Amino acid sequence: MKEYKTVTQIAGPLVFVEGVFDISYGEIVEITLPSGERKKGQVLDTSRGLAIIQVFGTTAGLNVSDTRVKFLGETMHLGVSIEMLGRVFNGLGEPRDKGPAIIPEKRLDINGAPINPYARAEPRDFIQTGISTIDGMNTLVRGQKLPIFSGSGLPHNQLAVQIARQAKVVSSSSKGEQFAVVFAAIGITNEEALFFMRDFEKTGALERAVLFLNLADDPSVERIITPRLALTTAEYLAYEKNMHVLVIITDMTNYCEALREIASAREEVPGRRGYPGYMYTDLSTIYERAGRIKGKEGTVTQFSILTMPGDDITHPIADLTGYITEGQIVLGRDLHRKNIYPPVDVLPCLSRLMNLGIGKDRTREDHRGVADQLYAAYATGRDLRSLAAVVGEEALSATDKIYLKFADVFEERFIRQSNHEDRTIEQTLDLGWELMGMLPESELKRVKKEFIEKYGHKVKRMTQGVQA
Amino acid sequence: MGVLHRISGPVVEAKEMTGAKMYDLVKIGNEGLTGEIIKLVGDTATIQVYEETSGLKPGEPVTTTGEPLSVELGPGLLTSIYDGIQRPLDLLVKKGGDFITRGLTVNSIDRQRKWDFVPVAKNGQKVKQGDILGTVQETEIIMHKIMAPVEGALSDIQAGKFNVEETVCSIDGKPVKMLQRWFVRKSRPVAEKFDPNIPLLTGQRIVDIFFPIAKGGTVCVPGPFGSGKTVTQHQFAKWSDTQIVVYVGCGERGNEMTEVLTEFPHLEDPHTKKPLMMRTVLIANTSNMPVAAREASIYTAATIAEYYRDMGYDVALMADSTSRWAEAMREIGGRLEEMPGEEGYPAYLGRRLAEFYERAGRVQCLGSDTTRTGSVTIIGAVSPPGGDINEPVSQNTLRVTKVFLALDASLAQRRHFPAFNWLRSYSLYTDSLESYYVNNISSDWVDLRKEAMALLQKESELQEIVQLVGPDALPEKEQAVLLSTKMIREDLLQQSAYHEVDTYSSMKKQYLLIKNIMKFHHRAQSAVDLGIQLKRILELPIRERIARAKEIPEDRIKEIEFIGSEIDRAFDSLGKK
Repeated sequence: MKEYKTVTQIAGPLVFVEGVFDISYGEIVEITLPSGERKKGQVLDTSRGLAIIQVFGTTAGLNVSDTRVKFLGETMHLGVSIEMLGRVFNGLGEPRDKGPAIIPEKRLDINGAPINPYARAEPRDFIQTGISTIDGMNTLVRGQKLPIFSGSGLPHNQLAVQIARQAKVVSSSSKGEQFAVVFAAIGITNEEALFFMRDFEKTGALERAVLFLNLADDPSVERIITPRLALTTAEYLAYEKNMHVLVIITDMTNYCEALREIASAREEVPGRRGYPGYMYTDLSTIYERAGRIKGKEGTVTQFSILTMPGDDITHPIADLTGYITEGQIVLGRDLHRKNIYPPVDVLPCLSRLMNLGIGKDRTREDHRGVADQLYAAYATGRDLRSLAAVVGEEALSATDKIYLKFADVFEERFIRQSNHEDRTIEQTLDLGWELMGMLPESELKRVKKEFIEKYGHKVKRMTQGVQA
Repeated sequence: MGVLHRISGPVVEAKEMTGAKMYDLVKIGNEGLTGEIIKLVGDTATIQVYEETSGLKPGEPVTTTGEPLSVELGPGLLTSIYDGIQRPLDLLVKKGGDFITRGLTVNSIDRQRKWDFVPVAKNGQKVKQGDILGTVQETEIIMHKIMAPVEGALSDIQAGKFNVEETVCSIDGKPVKMLQRWFVRKSRPVAEKFDPNIPLLTGQRIVDIFFPIAKGGTVCVPGPFGSGKTVTQHQFAKWSDTQIVVYVGCGERGNEMTEVLTEFPHLEDPHTKKPLMMRTVLIANTSNMPVAAREASIYTAATIAEYYRDMGYDVALMADSTSRWAEAMREIGGRLEEMPGEEGYPAYLGRRLAEFYERAGRVQCLGSDTTRTGSVTIIGAVSPPGGDINEPVSQNTLRVTKVFLALDASLAQRRHFPAFNWLRSYSLYTDSLESYYVNNISSDWVDLRKEAMALLQKESELQEIVQLVGPDALPEKEQAVLLSTKMIREDLLQQSAYHEVDTYSSMKKQYLLIKNIMKFHHRAQSAVDLGIQLKRILELPIRERIARAKEIPEDRIKEIEFIGSEIDRAFDSLGKK
C-alpha cells in the first residue's frame, strides 16, 4: 500500500496530492493528520502525478507538510453479513451501538451496479399499508420506489413509522417470507433519530432492522455515502438472503444539500438553484436501486422522505425525484392545519405501479374504478370549494352541493385515520363505496356498471341497516 | 496505442493518441471499456466512456479501433432490446449477470442464426445504392429487405439460408453481406422528402380528432412528472398504425422498460393481430446506466428507424425523454469544461435537437424504384423542470416540432387522462391532413372537429363567468353548452389506457362518438330554444348511453350508430309532452 506525504493544497473538503502514480478513480484513501487522527476520503480526479481527494468530514487540522495520505487500492466497499440485522451503524458504516465489529461475509462496492432492465421482474405484489389514501388510491407494490414529499413540521416521520409497522403482503403465497427494514438517516436531528429507534424497539422491528445514522452534526460529505451503504445492505439481504427489504431514507433534501456543497467546493458549473447539473443522474443511482430481479425471491422497496423547501413541489429536489421515482405521496399543510392525520393530499399523489398490483386476484376487481371515481369526485368538490368561496354556496346547483359535501366527508372519513388504525383493503374500498353512495348514480361514470350493483348496493344496504 | 492520463467521471483523457480520429471508438484500460473520442488536442484525446469509470488508473492502455461508433443493421433487429450503444441486454444478462458489469463486448446482431434469403434482383443487373437485393422474413409480420450498400453490377446472387456475415451476392466483384454498419451520428440519405399529408393514426381520440399527427411528422410531448408522458408514449407505441416502432427509454425508469418488455409480447397489434413485439425495437438506457451511452442512445434509435424507413416502411420513433438526453449533453459538456449556454446546457443544444427532429420525414427511398416511400415520425417526450416549459429543452424543441401535445398537471390530478390540455395543444398538420380525413372517413369530419373545438373554447370563456357569478346566472342556452362540453370532455376526450376496449378507438368509432355528442348538442340547443327546460334534458336517460358508448367494442360498433337515432327519439318525445 502506497503512502504519500506530498499534499500540496487543501481547499474546502478537497486535498491535492502530487507525485502519485497508479491511483484509480474512486479509490478510498486514509488520511493521517499531524495529530495522529485518521480520516477517510475518496479520489475525485486522478491524472499522472496528481490526485484530488474529497475528505469525509472536516479538513480542520490538516496541513500541507505533515499530513500523510494512504491509498487503499480499492473503491468504497462495505463488509456485509446477516449479523447486521438489529445493529446500528454510523454514516460510514462503523458500529455506533457499542457492539462488536461485523465479520463480513462479503465485501461489496457501495456504488452497486445498475440492474439490467432485462433482468428485472415486474413488481406486482400488493403491499397493504393499512392507510386508505395509499392502499385505495396510490397503491404500493413490492419493488417500487415511492417517496413522501413533505414539508418541515409535517408528520412525515410518524407516517413512515406507521407504514414500516403496518406494511404487509396479504396474498396467501406470502407465508414464510422474511422481512427486513433498512433505515438510513441523512442529516436528521438526534431527536428524530431517537423517535425512529424508539418506535422500532417498541414494536420489535429493531431485530429485523439495520440502521445507518448520519445525524445533523455529522460531516455532510458522509451523507453521500450513507444511503449507498443502506442500499448495498438492502441488496445483499434481498438478492442473496431472499428477504423482502423495505428501505426508508430520510431526509433526501439533506443529501442534495451535501451534493451541492461538494459541487461548489469543486468549483463546478452549477445548474438550477446551484445544484449540480448531474443531480438527476446522481439521484437515479440511489432511487433506481429498488426492484425485483427475475429468479430471485427477495425484493427492495424504497420509501424516501424529502422535505420540500417552502412546500414547493417544483423545487429541483422534489422535481428531479418525481421524475425518477414511481410516483409520490404528498403531504399537505392545509390538511395538517385542519388536524387531519395522515395529511395526505391525494390530488398531486400518484403511484405509477398501482395498476400492476391491483384488480381481480390481487386486491379487488372494482379497485381501479373506485380510485378513479374518488379522485374525480374529490377534485370536483375541491374546485367547488373555491367557487363557493366566491359566489356563495346558495348559487351552486343541487349536484354541486352534493360534491361540496362529499369533499368534506372524504377528508373526515377517508383521509383521516388514527396513528394505529390498520385498515384492510376491503375496509378501504367499502368505505369508498359508502362515500360514493352520496353521489347520484348517474355521476358514477368511472366505475363499471356491474360493480355498482355488486359492491355499491351491498355497502348501501349495510350502512342503511346500521342507521335503521 | 495510447496511455490513460486523467480520469474524472465519465470523461477521461489519453495521451500518445497520434493518428486517432474524432468520434473513433476506443477501448480503454485493462478491462477494455468502450468509449468515443470527443476532443483532440495534439496527441491528447478526450474520451467519453460508455461504462462506469471507477477503478481506472492513469497509465492503463487505450487503443483506438480506427472506426467511428456504428450501428449494426440487418435481420434480427426486431424484437431486440438494446442498451444505448446497441448491446443486447439479454446477452449482457447471460454474460455478466443481473447487474450491468463492465468491459463486456457482445454482437448487436446474432451471428449464428440462419435466414432464408430470397433474391429479388438478378445477376448482371446494374443496381443503385438502396436497391432491394433480396428479402428475408424477419418476423411473422415484417419482411426485411436487404438493400444495396453501393452502386454497381450484381453477380453471384443466390437463394438460400445464410447468417448475417455470409456473402449473399457481389457488387462489382465485392462481396455483400446482410449485415451492414452505419455511423451512428450520421443520418441515412434519401432520394426526396415529401409533404406530410397522411395521418399517423394513434387510436387516441384527442390526438386523432383534434391534434392529428402526420406520418413523417414531429411531435413534442412536454409535461411535469405524473402527467402521463410515459403512458402516452406507450399508447402511441402500442396502437399507432405504423409497421415498425422504435422505442428508446433514454434516462428513464428501469421498471418502465420492464413493463414494456413483459407487456408487448402479449399485446396484439390491432392491424395485424400479431404480438406487438414483432414490429418493435427497444432501446433502454435507464437513468442509472452510464450517461455517455444515454447520449448515444437517441442516435442509435434514429439510425435503426431510418434503416427500416429505407425499406419502405412507416416507422414511429418514440423518445422518452429528450430532456434526459439534453442533460447527458450538459453533463459531458460540463466535464469538458465547455463554456455553458442557457441553464448550463451547451450552446449547441438547439442545433442538436433540430438535427435530431430533422431525421423525421416522409420520403422517397433511395434506389431506382421511385415508388417506394417510407417515413419516420418522431414523438419526443420532454420533462421540463417543475413542468414549466419556459426552459431551453422545451423551447428549442417547440421551435422545430409541428405537433405540441401539452400535458397538464391539473387535468392529471383529477384523473382526466390523457391529460392533454385541449386549449394549449396544437397541430400544424390539421390543414394538410384535411383531404385525407374527408376522403377516408366522412365529409363532415372537419366541420364536426371545428365545431367541437369552438365549443371547448367557448366553455373556457363561460367558465370565467361562472367563477364570478355562479352557474345559475347563465342563460339556459349557455348552461346547455356547458352540458355539451362536459360530454365532449368526459365521454369523448377522456380515454382510459387501462380499459380493455377504451384503450384503442378506430377512426370509425371516433367519428360515431363525436357525431353523437354533436347531435345531442344540436338537439339540446334547439330544445332550449323551444322552451324546454334544461332540467328535463339533464334527466334524459340517453346521456348515460352516450357516456358508456366508448366502452362498446369495435365489433359491436352498430350499437353506437344506433344511439344516434335514439338521441332523435329522446328529444322528439321531449317535444311532444
